[in-house]
Amino acid sequence: MKIEVLGTGCAKCKALHEAVQTAVREKGVEAEIVKVEDIPSIMGHGVMSTPALVIDGKVVFSGRTATAEEIGGLL
Amino acid sequence: MLKQFADYLVFTLIGLAPGSRPGEALDFFVYDTLKIFLLLTTIVFVVAIIRSYFSPERTRRILSHNREYVGNVLAALLGIVTPFCSCSAVPLFIGFVESGIPLGVTFSFLISSPMVNEIALIMLWGLFGWKIAMIYVGTGLLVAVTAGIAIGRLRMEKYVQDYVWEVKVGQAGIQEQSFREKIDYARNYTRELLKKIWPYVVIGVGMGAFIHGYAPADFLLKYAGRGNPFAVPLAVLIGVPLYSNAAGIIPVVQALMEKGMAVGTVLAFMMAVTALSFPEAVILKNVLKTRLLVTFFGIVATAIVIVGYLFNAILAT
Repeated sequence: MKIEVLGTGCAKCKALHEAVQTAVREKGVEAEIVKVEDIPSIMGHGVMSTPALVIDGKVVFSGRTATAEEIGGLL
Repeated sequence: MLKQFADYLVFTLIGLAPGSRPGEALDFFVYDTLKIFLLLTTIVFVVAIIRSYFSPERTRRILSHNREYVGNVLAALLGIVTPFCSCSAVPLFIGFVESGIPLGVTFSFLISSPMVNEIALIMLWGLFGWKIAMIYVGTGLLVAVTAGIAIGRLRMEKYVQDYVWEVKVGQAGIQEQSFREKIDYARNYTRELLKKIWPYVVIGVGMGAFIHGYAPADFLLKYAGRGNPFAVPLAVLIGVPLYSNAAGIIPVVQALMEKGMAVGTVLAFMMAVTALSFPEAVILKNVLKTRLLVTFFGIVATAIVIVGYLFNAILAT
């Protein structure tokens, strides 16, 4: 599984990145977590509001963060 | 009812004398704090639900079908309800421009979004009443629409950073949240926001209460009153480095206004604080060349100063 966190590096983006790491650890799933920070790659996903979460190439949500529990439910 | 509670707490339970300076200051503080937190909780929650229906992606779709004028008005209105944090300004700008939305229309959106701010609106409503709150929204929209049209007329497309035109935006297909999820999201959002801003509200109202009880009225009249023709541009200049926090500033301004500061000056100050921030300029530098950035700041600042003078003239009764 490949999880991408899209965000330019603001506080919210960092919070989401951490929540994703916690969720993956707690669920014990095999996942590669990538932090995408360059604008063209973020835009390539069709996302205009950061942070956004992409799981296996599919945009799950954008413009908000989520708790580790919520992300765990999505994995 | 809140007023009775504040009076009871301060004058009966604590036992300060009504009409005394500490008594009036504390009564003012308790009443205003309660009122603002009540308003903040309800309105922020409602706004969060409304916002969950307006993603930036949807806004882009709506705006891409509209040209100048109608587009500017629509963009300014959508700017109020479409959520985006300042770190999304760059992707948002690129996304808008890429889908063919005119530059001026994009700016109308970018101006109204931070300027017509729900927290500022609540604070104004709570402290000055709904009329001033509506004037704030109305003039905010006016500034966003006119500044956007002005920037569009200047044909400054060549002052957008070159790489912006090359970015290709993919298809998102983001799933819509269910109503249950929207409620949960709004509840979390309200809690997070209150957690973040409550100290500013308390400090702001506290300072306001202090000024209310203690500051001499003639001091401000001399510097920021109706008699000073430079009060408005001065308020705008002071507002620029003071980024965000309508929550902390408005209660202070309210007290200053009681002491003789004019409404237009206050409006201009708040608009400068929210729409002309230094961090915003740094972020926008990523997509705009200096010339356009300076033009943008200049036009918005001018529009704000005009609004300030306008209201001082209208409400000078």
